[in-house]
Amino acid sequence: MTSVDSLAAGPLFGLPLPELWFGLIFTMLATFLFLDGFDFGAGAIFALLETDEERETVLAAIGPFWDGNEVWLVVFGGALFAAFPPAYAGLFSRHYLLMFAILGALILRGLAPEMYEQRHDAGWQRWWGRAFVAGSVLAPFLLGVFAGNWLVGSGRSLTLVGPVVGVTLTLLTVVSGAAFLQLKARERLPEAVTTYGTAATVGYLLAVVVTLAVLAVRLPEGVSALLDPVIIALVVASIGLAAGYVVALRREQSLRALGAAAVMTYGLVAVVAILMYPAIDPAAGATVRGTIVSTLPLNLMTIGASLLLPLVAVYFVVLYSAFSGPITPEEAY
Amino acid sequence: MIDPVIASRLQFAVTTIVHIIFPVMSMGLAPFLIYFTWKDIRTGEPIYEQLRRFWTKIFAISFVVGTVTGIVLEFEFGTNFAAFSTAAGELFGGPLAVEGMMAFMLEATFLGVFVFGRDRVGDKLYFISSIAVGLGTWLSAVWILIANSWMQTPRGYELATENGQTVVHLVDPMAAYFTPRFTYMYVHMQNAAVESVALFMAGVGAYYVFRHHVWGYPVENVDFWEATLKIGLIALLITAPLQVLHGDMYGRHVAETQPQKFAAMEAVWETESYVPEYIVAVPTSVDGFTDPRAKELFGIGIPGGASWLASGGDPTAEIRGLNDFETEAPPVAIVFWAFRAMVGLGFWFILLALWGGYRWYKGQLLEDGLLHKALMGSSLLGILAVELGWIVTEVGRQPWVIQGVMRTSEGVSPGLTGTEATITLVGFVGVYATLLGLYTYVVWRIIRNGPPGRDELRAVPDDTPTPGPGPSPSQSTPEAVDDD
Repeated sequence: MTSVDSLAAGPLFGLPLPELWFGLIFTMLATFLFLDGFDFGAGAIFALLETDEERETVLAAIGPFWDGNEVWLVVFGGALFAAFPPAYAGLFSRHYLLMFAILGALILRGLAPEMYEQRHDAGWQRWWGRAFVAGSVLAPFLLGVFAGNWLVGSGRSLTLVGPVVGVTLTLLTVVSGAAFLQLKARERLPEAVTTYGTAATVGYLLAVVVTLAVLAVRLPEGVSALLDPVIIALVVASIGLAAGYVVALRREQSLRALGAAAVMTYGLVAVVAILMYPAIDPAAGATVRGTIVSTLPLNLMTIGASLLLPLVAVYFVVLYSAFSGPITPEEAY
Repeated sequence: MIDPVIASRLQFAVTTIVHIIFPVMSMGLAPFLIYFTWKDIRTGEPIYEQLRRFWTKIFAISFVVGTVTGIVLEFEFGTNFAAFSTAAGELFGGPLAVEGMMAFMLEATFLGVFVFGRDRVGDKLYFISSIAVGLGTWLSAVWILIANSWMQTPRGYELATENGQTVVHLVDPMAAYFTPRFTYMYVHMQNAAVESVALFMAGVGAYYVFRHHVWGYPVENVDFWEATLKIGLIALLITAPLQVLHGDMYGRHVAETQPQKFAAMEAVWETESYVPEYIVAVPTSVDGFTDPRAKELFGIGIPGGASWLASGGDPTAEIRGLNDFETEAPPVAIVFWAFRAMVGLGFWFILLALWGGYRWYKGQLLEDGLLHKALMGSSLLGILAVELGWIVTEVGRQPWVIQGVMRTSEGVSPGLTGTEATITLVGFVGVYATLLGLYTYVVWRIIRNGPPGRDELRAVPDDTPTPGPGPSPSQSTPEAVDDD
């Protein structure tokens, strides 16, 4: 009893837990968008490859990883639900059809590679190859639409911000995907993958400019919201990272390029989070402090997350080091 | 357009009924895979590598489909049941978040190593990944059932009104999360998963054994299918009696804690004592199917049986009838018949296990065609029994979403329109029917293709067709060798 009472008395160590959880859920979202992002990007590049061996190589490269990567979305949803129930309920129910479209895209992306490997006749593989590409491109696009609507608090209506953020995010996944494929299967894939990565980076930077312009018009505070020094710093850093990415990719320093893409992804999500704070569901006028759960469950979850997330990091280190180095198409079971 | 409340409930029913198949397969297969991996590493016998690789394929496809259908459920609490999520998020969201971080992550990452990494990691790490995957699936069930058992028997909370809405606040986490119901549910569910997979293995094994030994067709790797049949049968002999034993205890607990659900399971409308338990119930009219009432059924009943079950041994105990509750009864017909079918299947599985065990003891396991047919016919019935059990649990709780606290109709998202809900309901019926079809197709192909042949194994290929020095006399019969 006494321990429960003390856990209910006040936030753990007097920490600003609502803000920490706000940061944590966006970190989880960014981790999902980077890790599963390179799977999505690999799926988009899959569409541009011609030979059967190249396509099998892409599937083998993401095979061991994508399922674990996708769990970050589950964890993001669970953490949002647990820490900010009204925000979770409000956001998900207002974007009703959009959420199911996202789920549909994820189902297609998850199922298609399994089906593709089942049979080796051309018609079957063409069909499931297309389904894989569609799922891989639609998932980040629709997630971007959701993020854009979420940020500007559009409620149920569609806005221009949604599709613009959707395109931005999709291009960013291709940036990550090209670096990942170069890392895992440089020898087996055409040199054009480097070109795709470069082109996606240029497209991404243009999309960021368009996004910022649309946001300047759409956000209630207008341009002044974007003139926050942290946001300016993040945008400038992204341009620098994009340049570094292209150089690294051309020199075949794939891991470095992938690292740059990772920081770009976290940067993009950070911009969204900073623009949103202190609101968490702008459409409903709901704030971080107004929707956080009470002290006892918050403290319990904080303890749980601090014990579990380091373990999760270990799992990912084990997984990625077990499959370090190039992957061959024969490794698809 | 369908009413959003009805559409949301139907949609949740469709999406859970399809989803639960895949966790049953993965949770049930987990202990077998750990065993096969252990034996494969320790003995190096080809049969264990075949078992491991074959069943890992089925595990992997089940996990993938389970992942994509599982995310749907997590999202549906927000999309369709926003009022429930807002009101109960403080208690209900936590277990889901912990499930993701503690269990799902463990399973999904080590599955990559387990499915794709045999040639990349050492024996020790490979064996550890098999345990991590199994532990992940079983821990997942812990947190999901903690959340569900709280909805059945809520405690450790208090109600408050905030912004005109009733909200649940957590006050005693131990009481809320570790209800007695959780233990009953967890044991019943996990044992059911292993039993379902045991039935599936026995059925698949029986098919090839029947083709080979009864019909005399040549079958490749017949020793593999014989081993599959035997392993399935052993697991069935262990799990089938256990399932009925603790199912009985669980039933008693439901009678104590959810008397309205129990009355619906027995179709008792008027409060009375000395209530019989109908083993075989035959409605005397068409209405008897759609509106069963214990008093009007013609059946073979154990006098005082239901009273005995409810009270833990007193055949004269009183059972409170459905008419004596303040809220309307749950859909009695569904609960009553689903419960009966589940219990009937539970006893059939015991019979099947004993029959198979007896034939094996007599040395006739491979020749009894009728037994093989019964096993083949029962291969999917374990999964059916799980579905029926969940229908009793969830439909029997109606009209409540949180027993005695919140009605299901009050939990649906307030802004949801009938058009939106109908679109997604129709979409799910189509998508999930396709999904189920594709899953069945893939599993069927895996079974038809059989295990990897001896020449494809990692183990040092054996030049001679006779078995190696390992002690496995029964697993390579002369017929098996003659086939090739």
